[in-house]
Amino acid sequence: MDGTSLGWWGVPIAVLGGAIRVSTPFLFVSLGECLTEKSGRINLGLEGILVMGAMAGYGISYLSGSPWLGVLVAGFAGLALGLLHGAVCSLPRVNDIAVGIGLMLFGTGFAFFLGKPFVQPKAPTLPALHLGDWASSPQIQAALQINVLFIIGLALALAMGWAFRNTRWGLVVRMVGDSADAARAMGYQVNLVRVLSTAVGGFLAGVGGSFLSLYYPGSWNEGLSSGQGLMAVALVIFARWRPLHCFYAALLFGGASALGPALQSVGVSSGYYLFNATPYVLTLGIMIATCSPRRNLAGAPGELSVTR
Amino acid sequence: MRRAAEAIVIPVGALLVAMIIFGAFMGVIGKDPLEVYALIYKGAFSSGFAWQNTLQRAAPLILTALCVALPAQTGLIVIGGEGALVLGGLAAAVIGHALSGASPLLSGGSPLLSGASPLAVQISMAAAAMLVGGAWIALAGALRHYRGVNETISSLLLTYIGLALFNHFVEGPLRDPASLNKPSTMPIGDANMVGHLPGMDVHWGLVYGIAFCIVAYVLVRHTVQGFALSIVGGNVRAAKLAGLPVGMLILVSCFLGGAAAGLAGMAEVAAVHGSANASLIAGYGYAGILVSFIARHNPLAILPVATLLGGIAASGGMLQRRLDLPDATVLVLEGIAFMVILASETLYGRFRMFQPRET
Repeated sequence: MDGTSLGWWGVPIAVLGGAIRVSTPFLFVSLGECLTEKSGRINLGLEGILVMGAMAGYGISYLSGSPWLGVLVAGFAGLALGLLHGAVCSLPRVNDIAVGIGLMLFGTGFAFFLGKPFVQPKAPTLPALHLGDWASSPQIQAALQINVLFIIGLALALAMGWAFRNTRWGLVVRMVGDSADAARAMGYQVNLVRVLSTAVGGFLAGVGGSFLSLYYPGSWNEGLSSGQGLMAVALVIFARWRPLHCFYAALLFGGASALGPALQSVGVSSGYYLFNATPYVLTLGIMIATCSPRRNLAGAPGELSVTR
Repeated sequence: MRRAAEAIVIPVGALLVAMIIFGAFMGVIGKDPLEVYALIYKGAFSSGFAWQNTLQRAAPLILTALCVALPAQTGLIVIGGEGALVLGGLAAAVIGHALSGASPLLSGGSPLLSGASPLAVQISMAAAAMLVGGAWIALAGALRHYRGVNETISSLLLTYIGLALFNHFVEGPLRDPASLNKPSTMPIGDANMVGHLPGMDVHWGLVYGIAFCIVAYVLVRHTVQGFALSIVGGNVRAAKLAGLPVGMLILVSCFLGGAAAGLAGMAEVAAVHGSANASLIAGYGYAGILVSFIARHNPLAILPVATLLGGIAASGGMLQRRLDLPDATVLVLEGIAFMVILASETLYGRFRMFQPRET
């Protein structure tokens, strides 16, 4: 994106465009993590699932010619890894945080291994909706190129928020996450609910990964993910486990990620790496500001180990 | 005795299971698993040259594993060793250059002019690296204790921030104008390099690591302070009731862990690269997490585990050349091993033969 012709006005427009473009993987991963955490487990391995999804989506899109099939397969690859995490964590005395770190290593390693043949070829990518064609400025047009997955993600956030409040399944997941004993007393299988929540969360993270390789940046290589899967964990805490707030938080993080490249395009390049660290500093700052050693976070599922 | 046997049999059994799974995977993609393992053995442990390569790679893993194992004594899972390593390396490079006498004011750059002997320079570099690395991880511990911020996530975020700082300084203010293709800091000077162990191609970082492990083991298992650490790790509330300075113990364990990772960065700078550059970002911090978990956070067990993983990493090149496997093969094996080891955690205490006999 070229922001020079607009001068400094290019920066907020580029940040807005970046927020929409970069936020989609954040959105999907954080919605998946939100579901998993609502059931009382934390999955730090979403980073591995994201990379795996990016590889699977790109590979399938290249082999079949259909990017949407790639998105679907990416989701199922994520589902499989989510099942793995859920199943291992269901064994007694296995620490879910440690398994998450293991899954992160396993997922990225496996994706790099299988994805080696796909680094060079060019796969068909997802199309964009041009919502900015009314504007004369090419910058605004570029900023308003929206991917369908972004809209699906928004709808999903709304639907999940509604489902947690109003459906039987939503209430069961929340109960398992808030008090395993109560759920057991009601006759629900705690581990089964958690495994399913982790698996569906993995599906969403896999879809988020396919966005990385199939839309933006739109290619597969080993440096594709820069920790989005991990930042999503912090993002869910920031959003206080509310799906719609995950959407706002994802936009904020996307905008922060776009700040470095946007400033570089207007000639501020000296602190490039420092600006790129904005999302991490932001996450850390938010966690410092919102956490407290004396009480649990408002809205936190009672069984979650991170917040205790 | 029986407990000790359990602590050896279960991880070794888990590693064997991981090897069977990985072997099956190799079989599925059409490679002979036995040939793969034979090559790993050949590339890692079959000759003096292979051993040196293995130990060379094990040295930083020992130190970054301590960065996980020491905070783990107080129940913290810190995964920020990579950040502490690169910042420690950066600090070492800056101090090493400042004391090397190669600064523009002293033309000629002879160490004699600067007045600092190589040993003094090396000690200063190590001290600076340990201080910076230790402070970086202690920050995560402090956030955990005083603000309740989860240390796993904060240490990882700190790693990303640390890498950004490192890249910023190496490519910006501290860049050596002479380093064109690969941005680096100013060299510390050949005279100040710590060099290799006598008669071997292995640098002194290995000795630092072994010494650090032994000290850590004695501290953790045989001192009152180490016992206090394990009380905090077992039950924070009980530790507070017993009047232990919980915050201080957490900070100290994190500081020592970070210092180990920082020292690994110093060894990379002072023994391998001669300056701080992107070669420091090699994933040692992440591999160290795996080492520490397989060793079950026991400082002495880190030594053989790091050697094993160093050997697997050393054989990666041979797998690539001989069997045309991608370089990520090693990562797959490590990932499978990690998952199986973590799952085997559930087996402890399940076998009656390992329980102390009731008398």
